[in-house]
Amino acid sequence: MRRVLAVAMKELRQVRRDQRSLLILLFVPAFFLLVYGYALNFDIRNIRLAVQDDDRSTASREVISAFVNSGYFDLVADVVDGHDIMGILNRGDARAVLVIPSRFGADTAAGRHTSLQILINGDNANTATTVMGYAVGLVSTVSSRYEIQARIASPTGPLLTLEPRVWYNPELRSALFLVPGLIAYIAMLTAVVSTALSVVREKEAGTMEQIRMSPIGASAYVIGKTVPYFAISLASSLGVVAVSMALFDLPVRGSWVALIACVSLFLVGALAFGVLISTIAESQQVAFQLALLTSFLPTLMLSGFIFPISSMPVFLQAITHVVPARYFLVILRGLLLKGVDVRVLWVDILSLAAFSLAVLALASLRLKRAWA
Amino acid sequence: MQRLRSLIRKELIELRRDPRLFAIVIVAPLVQLTLLGYAATTDVHDVPLVVADEDRSAESRALVSRFDASQNFVIADSVSTTAAIDAYLDSGRAWMALDIPARYGERIRNGQPVQVQVVADGSDANSTNVALGYAGSLIAGYNRELAAAAGRGGGEPLVSAQVRVWFNPQLESRFFIIPGVLALLLLVVTTNLSSMAIVREKELGTLEQLNVTPLARWELIVGKLLPYALIGAVDVLLVVGVAIFWFEVPLRGSLALLIAMCFVYLLTTLGLGLFVSTISKTQQQAMMTSSFFFMIPMVFLSGFVFPIENMPDVVQQVTRLIPLRYFLVIVRGIFLKGVGLETLWPQALALAGWGIAILTLATLRSSKRLS
Repeated sequence: MRRVLAVAMKELRQVRRDQRSLLILLFVPAFFLLVYGYALNFDIRNIRLAVQDDDRSTASREVISAFVNSGYFDLVADVVDGHDIMGILNRGDARAVLVIPSRFGADTAAGRHTSLQILINGDNANTATTVMGYAVGLVSTVSSRYEIQARIASPTGPLLTLEPRVWYNPELRSALFLVPGLIAYIAMLTAVVSTALSVVREKEAGTMEQIRMSPIGASAYVIGKTVPYFAISLASSLGVVAVSMALFDLPVRGSWVALIACVSLFLVGALAFGVLISTIAESQQVAFQLALLTSFLPTLMLSGFIFPISSMPVFLQAITHVVPARYFLVILRGLLLKGVDVRVLWVDILSLAAFSLAVLALASLRLKRAWA
Repeated sequence: MQRLRSLIRKELIELRRDPRLFAIVIVAPLVQLTLLGYAATTDVHDVPLVVADEDRSAESRALVSRFDASQNFVIADSVSTTAAIDAYLDSGRAWMALDIPARYGERIRNGQPVQVQVVADGSDANSTNVALGYAGSLIAGYNRELAAAAGRGGGEPLVSAQVRVWFNPQLESRFFIIPGVLALLLLVVTTNLSSMAIVREKELGTLEQLNVTPLARWELIVGKLLPYALIGAVDVLLVVGVAIFWFEVPLRGSLALLIAMCFVYLLTTLGLGLFVSTISKTQQQAMMTSSFFFMIPMVFLSGFVFPIENMPDVVQQVTRLIPLRYFLVIVRGIFLKGVGLETLWPQALALAGWGIAILTLATLRSSKRLS
């Protein structure tokens, strides 16, 4: 125990001496949260719209104002007769172009079928789908107004209506769903990367030999080495939660005890993973690249943080089962946003625990072998 | 020139001596591209849906089968009461619940308006938003059919929308993401490696030795960066090859222009790495600084995944400082739109200016520190 403490003290002193890294580990995550919470979202508004109005009637102006007044579209250009629509979309001046045919006003007044053309820049498929949804919805509203005027449809409104209700995050704020992912990825960076680097640094500097000569055992060394990083990662994770509670009204609906226990469980796995990498890599460059590749990237891409797992191809869905962040995210969303009981989450908690234990066992096995 | 050549040789020997590093800079980008190419889709399909059908009539079953037949939804389970859906959403077994009220079928038969409820799990706000959109348009379409069947209009709408999507008609999000991955990988590989290159010599104390050699400052820098530029070039070819031949991303513009712009971009990523190495004392610091202060913010704020036009105005102005932003417009323009310099010149100029500025800054800083 005294030996563990000695290693931990040494490591802490080293961390403190490198103030920039310490600052990065503690404060930058919370700062990021701020930027991401305010800046990043998939909510699509202010879509730049260009209009080519070949009709220039009251009816066509009504369509244009329906688009502008919806709040989703900003009118940025008025195109005259087929002039340079290509250029507008190529340069990205507008994301969508609405083309109103001549005789649009006359046709709708007479109750004849007509159509509006909408050109959408599809390079970003996600945005384009949303823009398309807005545009089609607006056109169908316009259409039903004319149908009632022309006495084709009854004015009582639609037979079947949909009442959408959103639970857990009623305003669908992106910040709330980003927070759990951020915690996972901060933990990955601080825990995996810092641990791996700090062990490999001793290898590179040659001080590893000295430590191996000392009466400190492998397990005392590893525990002493990882405890400071455990504390730092736990502090910055809870910092993220605290900042989100203050700024984004993140509700912590579940139990704090369960939250801290699950974060700790995830961190143990991450720290052990860092040690595992350090037994493979000989230089800090390699250690860092390995950490990026095996933990950081999967956490970002394969955990369901940004990209939904159910939309991935089957073989990738299978891979996501060995990404611990996948389970961690379900647990965090459950505890933070849904406020469910831990018993509902037992499958994910067990999977996370199994992962952490397996990595811990593997890391100590390899380390013991290297130590001997 | 000869001094330069020997320095480059030394760097290459060092790279080769670390076979793991060599494998990583060549294999890693391919693995990453494959992962990202398949995983990075913002399309939402197969949303697990739980149905609470309190009516159990022919009409309610017809509505449910609409959802079932749609590619966007998968029926996870059916329950008989509204209360029973809680457990499904809590545990995440379903993301969405469709609640059909009792007497639904009767009201539809009599032509009385009726409301069905959709409850969605908002903890994944983005997917939920998209899925709600699907549900809305599904109901709207079904409505028209019901109205037509009841002789209350419906059928063909009077004004229909004729939508044409340019550049990516099938709306494949892959076509958008993969050119972005090219930019991202180059940034990660070259900035990281070059930021550590000089710091490592500092840490090992060999930088002093290099300083007392007759090498000029610029020779040291060029000699240090060229091997990494070479690695970057190999990565460019590999990644572009995989993008075109494996993922079948259409390359509508000129390949030569694409490669040329990649090199301009390499100026900025290598310059950034060099700059980081002048402000760092240890390799760990260099890595933390380049990934935390530069790379991650760049990735998020460049428009790689999150559209810039959705960001607040202040942040939009900040994104103008990010070279990745300009390069993304360029690669996506060349790949998807098939445009050339006549359209992309503002971005190309900004990128080149950024690269020259950061390289100059880094060179100045390093000469001040070392002389």
